[in-house]
Amino acid sequence: MAVAETELPLASRRRPRLSRHRVVGAAAPYALLVPTAAVIVAVLGYPLYLLIRLSFQKYGLFELVRHKGKSIGFGNYTTIFHDAQFWHVVARTVVFTAVNVGLTMILGTGIALLIARLGRFMRTLLTVGLVLVWATPVVVAVNIWRWMVDYEFGVANWTLTKLHVGDFQHHDWFVSNWSGLGVITAVIVWGAIPFVTITLYAGLAQVPQELVEAAQIDGARAWNVFREVTLPLLKPLLIILTSLSIIWDFQVFNQVWIMLGERPSQDYYLMSIYAFVQSFRINEYGLGSAIAVVMVALMMVATVVYVRQMVKTGEVR
Amino acid sequence: MSTVTPAAPVPVAPTTTRSSPFRRRRIMHRVALNGVALLVFVVMVFPVYWMVATAFKPGSEILDYTPHWIPSHPTLRNFTNAMHRPYFWTDAKNSLIIVAFVVLLSGIVAFLAALALSRFRFRGRSAFIVLIIGVQMVPLAALIIPLYITASRAHLVNTLTGVIFMYMAFVLPFSVWTLRGFMLGVPRELEEAAMVDGATRFGAFIRVMFPLVAPGLVATSIFAFIQAWNEFIIAYVFLHDSSKQTLTVWLASFTTLHGTDWGPLMAGATLTALPVVVFFVLVQRKIAFGLTAGAVRG
Repeated sequence: MAVAETELPLASRRRPRLSRHRVVGAAAPYALLVPTAAVIVAVLGYPLYLLIRLSFQKYGLFELVRHKGKSIGFGNYTTIFHDAQFWHVVARTVVFTAVNVGLTMILGTGIALLIARLGRFMRTLLTVGLVLVWATPVVVAVNIWRWMVDYEFGVANWTLTKLHVGDFQHHDWFVSNWSGLGVITAVIVWGAIPFVTITLYAGLAQVPQELVEAAQIDGARAWNVFREVTLPLLKPLLIILTSLSIIWDFQVFNQVWIMLGERPSQDYYLMSIYAFVQSFRINEYGLGSAIAVVMVALMMVATVVYVRQMVKTGEVR
Repeated sequence: MSTVTPAAPVPVAPTTTRSSPFRRRRIMHRVALNGVALLVFVVMVFPVYWMVATAFKPGSEILDYTPHWIPSHPTLRNFTNAMHRPYFWTDAKNSLIIVAFVVLLSGIVAFLAALALSRFRFRGRSAFIVLIIGVQMVPLAALIIPLYITASRAHLVNTLTGVIFMYMAFVLPFSVWTLRGFMLGVPRELEEAAMVDGATRFGAFIRVMFPLVAPGLVATSIFAFIQAWNEFIIAYVFLHDSSKQTLTVWLASFTTLHGTDWGPLMAGATLTALPVVVFFVLVQRKIAFGLTAGAVRG
């Protein structure tokens, strides 16, 4: 067909083609979006709606078999809001997220600034190392760290004892949820640093060198150059990375679940774990949904910041 | 130290008079920087090294109170042990089937959507883009409950089909987003030039646009590969039978109530990580680009 059309003189086919083009053109973009929209509605949109509906229902094993829940108004919400454990879990999740995001951003920024000042060899070496860590699947990473902090043969206990940090022989890290969640934080931050660092390093490379030099000539010290020149230019990127980290760390599930052998005790519950256990272990899907709805609502703040920043930096054209 | 000074050219400093104390400080600075960098490198890479090292060690070196930093009697026994465990090959096959379908289907679907978003102006376009960015942020841990209930109504629990569909939805936003970026980078004039030369719109598209967007397609395919290969919670909840599970879920089978079989586990983890590491190294730049592209503009 393409060949046939090129045979025709250009002028003679211009008019009909244009009008047909216009009709097709108006519908074409929508037609092209249909498959994507269908998948997203089916797997994300409808379940999100169902999640909210479920949170207003009694939905146990009986209802699961019958495929029909029983509406109980705000019942699930009153239950969780009067549940002391729920508030503990919320507080723990917020603190846990803050610590993880804070450490990730500080270390990630620090290493990015470090890479920018290194010679070619060390820079390549460090970048390759970071990519290697980035590529490690989460499930694999958790198992590695579980092995490293093993109470009997773990390399961590031996090293800490040798470094005279204390007597860590046969130290069980998961006896207390503080040190247990500390290990989980280490896994998360270790895994999150590469993305933050590499992205920020790419951003640093775009900071105009003349500005930095001008500040240096004016006698600014390294810290002031960073604060007055580099930081403001990196701000949009930092906002995006921080909000992404909040979104990712707030819903952490795999790291806790696998680290604790698929049965975390109650003092390890984060919101995602709590919602999961309520639903799939205790078969209270309605209650679990209510917890998940609160979780989504809390995360909405970070999401709005992220989307707004993406729009503001002109990504949405 | 001072004898070296005149020989080594200093790139920036034009004068040699202020060299000695200044240069010494600079060298100290360099050494400190490289030292810190080396420390960061070691801390970051050590866990990965420890996995591989453990995988090659015989049991006597693994279960020793003093760590053996380098496997002195390297063995492949852990690997053969891992591969002979029940369901390794079935689950590896399941992982591959899921990955293949997710990559292929999401590639086609995302390509069409990206085309619409980059080449047409229409009502609702920016709204759709905002939706695409926003939808990535919906927490999976929250959606798993309604997804399970929907899937159980649709009889998609314990089928690979259901899992493939779910993975597609989680891969699509990123793929659409990245491909759109690549397509925006192809000037419209190129296509128009081809059309002036007599190509149809479709022909121009295939001959001009497609080759230029192909690298983007490679990048999104590999992203989809990594996501589908690494995913845990959906596979864990939706695939009950051991014969239907994926490799990430299979890794959990090493831990029983009696403890963990560390050697084979580390060998299995190495085998699970290997394909991802290889592909990841190939596309790492493009992934960083996709999530934050354009956030820093001079």
